[in-house]
Amino acid sequence: MSAELGHFALILALGVALLQWGVPLIGWRRRDARLLAFGASAAHAQFLCVLVAYACLTYAFVTKDFSLAYVAENDHTRLPLFYRVTAVWGAHEGSLLLWVLILSGWTVAVSVFNRRLPLEMGALVLSVLGAISVGFYLFILLTSSPFDRLYPVPTEGHDLNPILQDPGLALHPPVLYMGYVGFSVAFAFAIAALIGGRLDGAWARWTRPWTVTAWMFLTLGITFGSWWAYKELGWGGWWFWDPVENASFMPWLAGTALIHSLAVTEKRGLLKSWTVLLAILAFSLSLLGTFLVRSGVLVSVHAFASDPTRGLFVLGLIGVVVGGALALYAWRAPRLSAYGELNLLSREGLLLFNNVFLVCAAGVVLLGTLYPLVLDALGLGKISVGPPYFDSVFVPLIVPLILLVGLAATVPWKRARLAESLRRLRMPAAAALAVGLTLPLAIQGRTTLVAVAGTLLGVWAAGTAVQDLWRRVRSKADWRAGLTSVPRAAWGMNLAHIGLGVWAIGVACVTSFGAEKDVRLAPGAHAELGGYTFVFQGEREAAGPNYTAQQGSVLVEREGTTVARLYPQKRLYASQGTVITEAAIHPGPFGDLYVSLGEGYDDGSWSLRLYDKPMVRWIWLGGVLMFLGGGLAASDRRYRLARALERRSAQAAEATAA
Amino acid sequence: MRFALPLAVLIALLALFAVGLQRDPRRLPSPLIGKPAPAFDLPTIALPGPPGAVPPPARMTQADLRGAPVLVNFFASWCAGCQDEHPFLMELARSGEVRLVGIDYKDAESDLRRWLGRHGDPYAVVLSDLSGNTGIDWGVYGVPETFVLDAQGRIVFKQIGPLTPEAWQRIRPLLQGSAS
Repeated sequence: MSAELGHFALILALGVALLQWGVPLIGWRRRDARLLAFGASAAHAQFLCVLVAYACLTYAFVTKDFSLAYVAENDHTRLPLFYRVTAVWGAHEGSLLLWVLILSGWTVAVSVFNRRLPLEMGALVLSVLGAISVGFYLFILLTSSPFDRLYPVPTEGHDLNPILQDPGLALHPPVLYMGYVGFSVAFAFAIAALIGGRLDGAWARWTRPWTVTAWMFLTLGITFGSWWAYKELGWGGWWFWDPVENASFMPWLAGTALIHSLAVTEKRGLLKSWTVLLAILAFSLSLLGTFLVRSGVLVSVHAFASDPTRGLFVLGLIGVVVGGALALYAWRAPRLSAYGELNLLSREGLLLFNNVFLVCAAGVVLLGTLYPLVLDALGLGKISVGPPYFDSVFVPLIVPLILLVGLAATVPWKRARLAESLRRLRMPAAAALAVGLTLPLAIQGRTTLVAVAGTLLGVWAAGTAVQDLWRRVRSKADWRAGLTSVPRAAWGMNLAHIGLGVWAIGVACVTSFGAEKDVRLAPGAHAELGGYTFVFQGEREAAGPNYTAQQGSVLVEREGTTVARLYPQKRLYASQGTVITEAAIHPGPFGDLYVSLGEGYDDGSWSLRLYDKPMVRWIWLGGVLMFLGGGLAASDRRYRLARALERRSAQAAEATAA
Repeated sequence: MRFALPLAVLIALLALFAVGLQRDPRRLPSPLIGKPAPAFDLPTIALPGPPGAVPPPARMTQADLRGAPVLVNFFASWCAGCQDEHPFLMELARSGEVRLVGIDYKDAESDLRRWLGRHGDPYAVVLSDLSGNTGIDWGVYGVPETFVLDAQGRIVFKQIGPLTPEAWQRIRPLLQGSAS
């Protein structure tokens, strides 16, 4: 019964979304304030409907209602409650429902926070968001309804994919979708600007907090994904250039470019049509990500069930949404673009370089991800493009980008004096050089070119950010007044740049000093790696709620003292007959020790993989710092103040008109 | 005009996707069919085999593949398609119907060990083609590709993309024909 209720709520949501799309648009043509205001009510009603649908599906999972095909495929009587709740988004249909729930949530947020926007602008934004929702509701209802019944009803479910039974997964998709879907708001603002013809500094100021919020969630989502892959896939790697990872990374690169070009558009009124194009691009890449993951055109570790009808539908959706947006862009943007002087040695000039590098990076990732598909379409065979390509094209783009971060933070808007900027950069440059040369030696006792270069870049990015904060604080006579005078946006920007630096140091150290060893050990035997002694103490059976496991016991010692006891497992999930390696990790701020269990042999010995991963946590720490920086920047007082001012002036204008 | 450029790019991309969705990727003849396998001389990778197994020689050439039918599988640890076909290769190895020789294509040895350790090792022997030169000589477009060699070392079949049970149904009669 609840399933039918959910299905009905979803159809209702489609109807409401259609109204949310059409009515404000008619209101805009007729200049009718009542019709324009309808968008907000529709957004709230739509959210309520989709929330009911989502709750119904969750209820079906919690109560193990195997009469639903989707539940039967992804639930199991012995699945713990926590995973029964997260299993809702464990496969295609449910994750789409989560997608529309989040989209609808963003729409409500826009309707609430944008009451201070000019009525027309706000209504157009909601209309565009409604149009996107319509596309996704149709996708769910026509090709992938999670509410389809199954008869005869199976007595047992097929269980959630065991690699998804991990706390990391509970966090990864919702946060990632918050980011993906969040770019729809920036997209809607861009389309509204193209339709309404208003593209100025105020428009950029409205768009910025939304974009930064979406970006910070995407950052965190990618960070969680990387952490989950490290923990759960058992290869000890943190990034694989897998198509699905790339699908989330491309919008991130475009979104990062967008954040920076929005700053230029707001402060200097330049790069307007470029900013709009980036907003369209960021969301298009999010849609493309969905297409790549859902359609199975690219084979991937993570890809869910592939189905050509679904692929064609998403393709059609991309065609309509992005094609429509770009056609509108081709038609309207020439009138909106402004020509102004842009000095390359100024903050806006350097941010333009930043955009070039970021968009090129997104381009090469896109090329590498699609190249197999292009070859295939041209009849040249099916291939797989791997990390060798991505590493060799990505590194030359990211290195100048990090150098730019330090430079752009120092150089003022409009026009800079080269000598003055270089003088200011002496301190961070010296610090970067000193730390880059000594830090790897201090931690590892040896050094490599990659470690020096990475640490140098990381300290450079973080050091210039710290210097910028220091200068801002010092500009006031009293340090307390100085601290409070620094706007949150500046804290946020610099914190995110420090995060980038921390990330770079982590990447450089783990790639240079990471060590691994494949060993076959009999019980009691030991192996050495990175100055640690790993003693294999034997193996025994262990059991979890829905799996049985073989659990190895490994004692890690350093110079006679015990560092850690690790219990790597090989789990058999009987429901699907799947064996999953559960690595055991001893985490530390300066490095992880990581053991995973391989094959067991008849004589009682086991093959084990041992890893020493110095500084690997810094990679994710960098991501978390970027997330926090984004949060600070998005909540800057300036946006709230500006909104209050605009609302007051709008009210004053209305009062005069009346 | 330049504002219409993004639209043109999108249309081109969509056309590619639409074609890509329609295609069956695994149809492509190889000019090498019926010819002897191209020459190579590659190092083998020592892997922990079952206890008591004879370790393979340090290097192998195309001559070492003669004597019995063999599947030569180009793969890499970084390749998603290879992971796709891997369970079937494991099954094939367990059935013992044919000898599997893996050629690890443009891949670091440590990555390979990790990958085989995680997914299991179906190969009788694994050769390392780090530079990819052997792949070029064999006309490999990308991994995975599987060549079927008869007992005389001639290529009788080539599978582009993951080796599927359906492909195996077509390969099996070829092997029986060449063995007799």
